[in-house]
Amino acid sequence: MMLAEKQTMDLIYQRPESLSDAITHYCPGCTHGIAHRLVAEVIDEMGLREKTIGVAPVGCSVFAYNYFNTDYVEAAHGRAPAMATGIKRVLPDRTVYTYQGDGDLASIGMAEIMHVAARGENITVIFINNAIYGMTGGQMAPTTLPGMRTTSSPNGRDVELSGYPIRMSEMLATMDGAGYIVRRSLHNPANIRKAKKAIRLAFETQEHGLGFSMVELLSSCPTNWKVTPNEALTFIADHMVPVFPLDDFKVHPAIANLKV
Amino acid sequence: MAKQLLKGNEAFAEAAIRAGCEGFFGYPITPSTEFLEHMAKRMPELGRAFVQAESEVAAINMVYGAVCTGKRAMTASSSPGISLMMEGISYIAGTEVPAVIVNVMRGGPGLGNIAPSQGDYYQMVKGGGHGDYFPIVLAPASVQEAIDQIGLAFDLADKYRSVVHVIVDGNIGQMMEPAELPPMRPLPKDVPEWAVNGAKGRAARSLSSIYIDPKDEEVTNIRLVRRWMEIEKNEVRYTEYFLDDAEIAVIGFGTAGRVASSAINQAREEGIKVGLFRPITLAPFPKKQIEDLSKHVKSILVVEMNSGMMLDDIQSIVQGRVPVEFFGRMGGVTPFPDEILDEIRRVNTNEAVINGQVRAEWLDRLEKLIEEGK
Amino acid sequence: MPIKGWIEVNDLYCKGCELCVAACPQNVLALDLDQLTPKGYHPARLITAGCTGCNICAIVCPDAAITVYREARQKNKVAINA
Repeated sequence: MMLAEKQTMDLIYQRPESLSDAITHYCPGCTHGIAHRLVAEVIDEMGLREKTIGVAPVGCSVFAYNYFNTDYVEAAHGRAPAMATGIKRVLPDRTVYTYQGDGDLASIGMAEIMHVAARGENITVIFINNAIYGMTGGQMAPTTLPGMRTTSSPNGRDVELSGYPIRMSEMLATMDGAGYIVRRSLHNPANIRKAKKAIRLAFETQEHGLGFSMVELLSSCPTNWKVTPNEALTFIADHMVPVFPLDDFKVHPAIANLKV
Repeated sequence: MAKQLLKGNEAFAEAAIRAGCEGFFGYPITPSTEFLEHMAKRMPELGRAFVQAESEVAAINMVYGAVCTGKRAMTASSSPGISLMMEGISYIAGTEVPAVIVNVMRGGPGLGNIAPSQGDYYQMVKGGGHGDYFPIVLAPASVQEAIDQIGLAFDLADKYRSVVHVIVDGNIGQMMEPAELPPMRPLPKDVPEWAVNGAKGRAARSLSSIYIDPKDEEVTNIRLVRRWMEIEKNEVRYTEYFLDDAEIAVIGFGTAGRVASSAINQAREEGIKVGLFRPITLAPFPKKQIEDLSKHVKSILVVEMNSGMMLDDIQSIVQGRVPVEFFGRMGGVTPFPDEILDEIRRVNTNEAVINGQVRAEWLDRLEKLIEEGK
Repeated sequence: MPIKGWIEVNDLYCKGCELCVAACPQNVLALDLDQLTPKGYHPARLITAGCTGCNICAIVCPDAAITVYREARQKNKVAINA
């Protein structure tokens, strides 16, 4: 295509401003990157970049603070909701969100996530559920599927020995302090679009002061699942969605009626 | 402002508010709970943040978040709660953000009891959390001193971007005594240049304790050590009592030091040349002063409400120049002045010797005391 | 006539994961096996005509490596057709 021809074209999509210029350390095809991008797009679209403070977790997304062009802090493992609470309580007019994986949020940080929701803390949580511990090399997570092989469940998760996966969204939706709790998936374009809309509504929940908001995102880990990036997306659709149904578990009426 | 009869914990909490504390995050635990209760009432009145957290783990991480914004924030707890906070304290130290933590110490280890103790000396003074860091540790001995030192704690925390522990025991936390609160300080308008508060009109910032390249971590460690050496140079604090002509120096901090001062008054009436050295900063420790002291006295008697933790530090400073004797009560037992007086008399009559058996001999005497019903 | 589109892949970010290749409804993307990115991956490329600028590749890209362009709409197109 000639340059002249390109100049007559409309720009449809470019890297969002709220992402930093850094190259992520994520493995090729890891959907953490998609989740980052969607969060950055929503922050851009809502004009929140200069008032947002993110809270990074421990896990694969430990370096999230390098990847966003917003202020960021790095929490201890599982403690991001507590740290976010401290920030939000002293700076209530800022947009505060945590970005946490399943080990961080649903295992070591279980108390913090339940109580931040119970308090109706006006923050947003982006919860990446990929059913495995990525950073430490593929151990069993609280969301690992029954029968799923990991380095710490080498014969497949035996529910008799190590219990069942935890459905965080369903549990958190029982909290009166929660304003918006949904589960989405990142395994194909249609679901990614829905995920983005959910992230938008979660941040809208916070901006409208309607309490705790969380978007759980079914995400892939091609490296530790030992499949190709595209096969990993198929795994989400075939195996994760049946265990973790994609649904709206709690939506504040004001958000249900919101046009975005 | 005139002196009022003030209850320790409540007065400390009010002192923190007046020093500009904008966020308090805590969890109830005896004997520190009145601190949290006072904050629960006062902070919302002033439009400041108060959260009763789900645990001490969460509480310290709320403090961590709040102080990252450049605001003054704190927590108060007691020994088992402080143990739970150690992870967060290490992160705060590693991120080089200021935080004030009050520990109203109680008997331990484990669940122990709720009686006054100084058994957390090692945990507080030597760091307690993981990694290379040095907290500042203040040890007041009265309600008034604690009030004053909480204001000082915030100032030191800000000045050095450091963790500052204020350690008292249940005696001081629960005690009512006349004291004067400082006036309310205006809240600062300026935000520190490192604070994370939304990247409005500036480049985005992040605060973290992670340095994945060991070389970067080492550079950070060097910065922390250098800062600590600066603190050691500038911030040593202590009080002296009857030391000018003393032949015996009693060294004790907090309540133990305070009880010792009563014993010293009596011993002086008996003509014994004894004085008190009371460290106020346990970290930085008054090393130089204790070294000098050991050159002027005949013997030293260390008094603590633990198994002789500060004793170890003092022995390493004195280096056998003079005998160092020890008397301590543990497990939440506060020594009586007459017990310390007996120890002073003993050291005065039987010339103390250096035989490396200080702790063993103390335990023998202590067990005899207990048998006598003391 | 189908809408004409165009994409650019930033080799700094592309990790050759092939999510865009698989997702492209027009099958006009492939990894360029003759090239390596600075990080050592084969980058994705538009290999043939037919891109409609539908944006699907950018939606699935985990590394925000893709910029998408689409033929400008003619403002009076509706009027001409009518």
